[in-house]
Amino acid sequence: MNFSDLSRLWNDARIRRITIQVVLVALVVFCFWWLISNTSQNLDKLNKSIGFDFLSQNAGFQIAPTLGTWLFSYEVGQSTYWDVYLIGIINTLLVAVLGIIAATVIGFLVGIMRLSNNIIFRSFATVYIELLRNIPLLLQLFFWYFTVLRSLPDKRGKVDLIPGAVSVNLEGLFLPFPIWHSGAGFAGIILLIAVISALYMRAKSRSRQLMTGHPLAIWRITAGIFAAACLMIVVSVGIPMEWSQPTFIETGPILKQGFDKTTAIMIIPEMLAVWFALTLYTAAFIAENVRSGILAVSKGQTEAANALGLSTGQTLRLIVIPQAMRVIVPPLTSQYLNLTKNSSLAVAIAYPELVSIFAGTAMNQVGKEIEMFFMMMVVYLTFSLLTSAFMNWFNHRSKLVER
Amino acid sequence: MKNLPLIVIVLVIGGGLGYFLGGGNEQAVEQEAVMETSSESTLEAVKAKGYVQCGVSQGLPGFSNADDNGNWTGIDVDLCRGVAAAVFGDADKVRFTPLSAKQRFTALSSGEIDILSRNTTWTMTRDTQLGLNFAGVNYYDGQGMMVPSGLGVTSATELDGANICTNTGTTTELNITDYFRANNMSFELVAFEKADEVVAAYDAGRCDVYTTDRSGLAAQRTKLTNPDAHVVLPEIISKEPLGPVVRQGDDQWFNIVRWSLNAMINAEELGVTQSNVDSMMGSDNPSIKRLLGEEGNFGEELGLSNDWAANLIKAVGNYGESYDAHVTPLGLARGVNALWSDGGILYAAPIR
Repeated sequence: MNFSDLSRLWNDARIRRITIQVVLVALVVFCFWWLISNTSQNLDKLNKSIGFDFLSQNAGFQIAPTLGTWLFSYEVGQSTYWDVYLIGIINTLLVAVLGIIAATVIGFLVGIMRLSNNIIFRSFATVYIELLRNIPLLLQLFFWYFTVLRSLPDKRGKVDLIPGAVSVNLEGLFLPFPIWHSGAGFAGIILLIAVISALYMRAKSRSRQLMTGHPLAIWRITAGIFAAACLMIVVSVGIPMEWSQPTFIETGPILKQGFDKTTAIMIIPEMLAVWFALTLYTAAFIAENVRSGILAVSKGQTEAANALGLSTGQTLRLIVIPQAMRVIVPPLTSQYLNLTKNSSLAVAIAYPELVSIFAGTAMNQVGKEIEMFFMMMVVYLTFSLLTSAFMNWFNHRSKLVER
Repeated sequence: MKNLPLIVIVLVIGGGLGYFLGGGNEQAVEQEAVMETSSESTLEAVKAKGYVQCGVSQGLPGFSNADDNGNWTGIDVDLCRGVAAAVFGDADKVRFTPLSAKQRFTALSSGEIDILSRNTTWTMTRDTQLGLNFAGVNYYDGQGMMVPSGLGVTSATELDGANICTNTGTTTELNITDYFRANNMSFELVAFEKADEVVAAYDAGRCDVYTTDRSGLAAQRTKLTNPDAHVVLPEIISKEPLGPVVRQGDDQWFNIVRWSLNAMINAEELGVTQSNVDSMMGSDNPSIKRLLGEEGNFGEELGLSNDWAANLIKAVGNYGESYDAHVTPLGLARGVNALWSDGGILYAAPIR
């Protein structure tokens, strides 16, 4: 093969492309090989090995009571590091999901308020956004946590929010939990049927409105369906549920005083502080997304809706928001992802999420940094990819249909 | 996907090529790595960069604490400064990295620091599983508990049902769990990443009990709003031998750190102090002669100069001086940390 052959090969776009790709793949494989072999050599030097055997060892430390420890009935000496991993995932998911829901609601409200004609609403929204968006999240986390702590009585005292049911003190927020009686399953099925028929009627009302212009009296129909369902349940099985009575112990050994935790759901203050901070911080960003989305809808749309005689609420709900969603959803996705990843800051205030108990406590006991960070990266990556996938699907759905 | 076969071919050829490149060089790389270990010892790396990188706490008075000007003091700090003096003859050739409890071992094994001198408990797991070596013990501690005196609790056995605040990533979490399980008591643990938040949360009343090493309790107590309104319970629930740590696999560096600590303890035993070290040079006592490098070549065997220990003592003093300067002000008496000859358990191997 002489020089002119080579140059001909190089000038062939197809061959050139393949050659470049082969070289690229070779480079990637080589980099990975180099990383892995280097890591394993360095670990050998430290007499450490790679392996996941540690996951079946018993974890010898206590974890603060949270949804995760309750779900997996965590018990010191019985539960393994694998359980610790799962508890961390559940606790992270819990604040992430609760945070996403609350931040979306508050974000939409504040975003709409920012565009309101009412000067009080508008200035409140502006101050809220500018204040919360520009203070580091970690500071807000500490602020909420220590504000909550400093303003509450310790566990031997309480503040009743709803007397006899919801109370709060330094140990946490105490809520009653439902106790199911026999017949609860039956009641559930009846309610499910009621929900399905209400949805069916709603769809029917909509199609009727499209056909004739006159919707059914949907609210009355829905109320009727649920009233009938409730009547049926009460008549056949009575009320198959009651709320637990949180008991407050005021006598006996001083350390045993406070709420009896078997009679109430306890939400620890760390969880509340993380939730508040993540929600309020992310809501400020979402509000700005919402505002930009609404502003992106041309003013002519609102005017046309007014001309048709739609009320302000209807205009917003039926005309403006659906069109604004196209602009809002893509940046909303990244806010959701940020919120999930920011939840790892909770380690600073003792909320037992993944980074705190798995990368913190557990890693110090077993010292498997590489394996454990790998496992955590898998978790955050999965969360993020799932969120993105869902939001992409939603975005696709709310996209402008072009003909 | 009409390009699929092409993509597969590209992947196979590319992957093969990459693997071949990697695999072909495997031996060469291995040799290089072996050479690297023998040529780049920690001592040489330290000498090349001109200072010792020392991992310390994020602020524990008496052990390692920074003042307003960023000057670090404490017995853990003195050890690092001592090693720097032994290596360079200059105790200021040391830099400090403040580390949280959970960062510390990763920082050491990744090579970010040369010594971890951060009130770290010597346990078997850490010695074996974590790939570390403890070079000795510079403070014999034990885990204790502090409660507000208002609770009226006088013994840890009355703590059934307590909420307990502590640091995450320490042996404290395990010890307290063991203690409560052994005594069949229930408790709830609130574990923070940094000591400052533990103190703040305990001070706010989130917990009935604050548990950590007793030296730590004495030090952190000063940060409470009203230090006198709290009592330390009499129970000591664990053995916490605290000491400096190095990476496994470098015996020379390990020896330097171990013998720097031993030199400080031996100096106290022999009565060699920061102020009299020069006059002690002329001493007839052969133990002192060996310590100060006038007899034998102990320093050279470590890879240092023979006046290594003399430099060290000149810079930071002997163990007792360091203790009196930093730990005594916290109100912690020498106790078990006295020399063996004074009724304590501090006993350093002889330099001979």
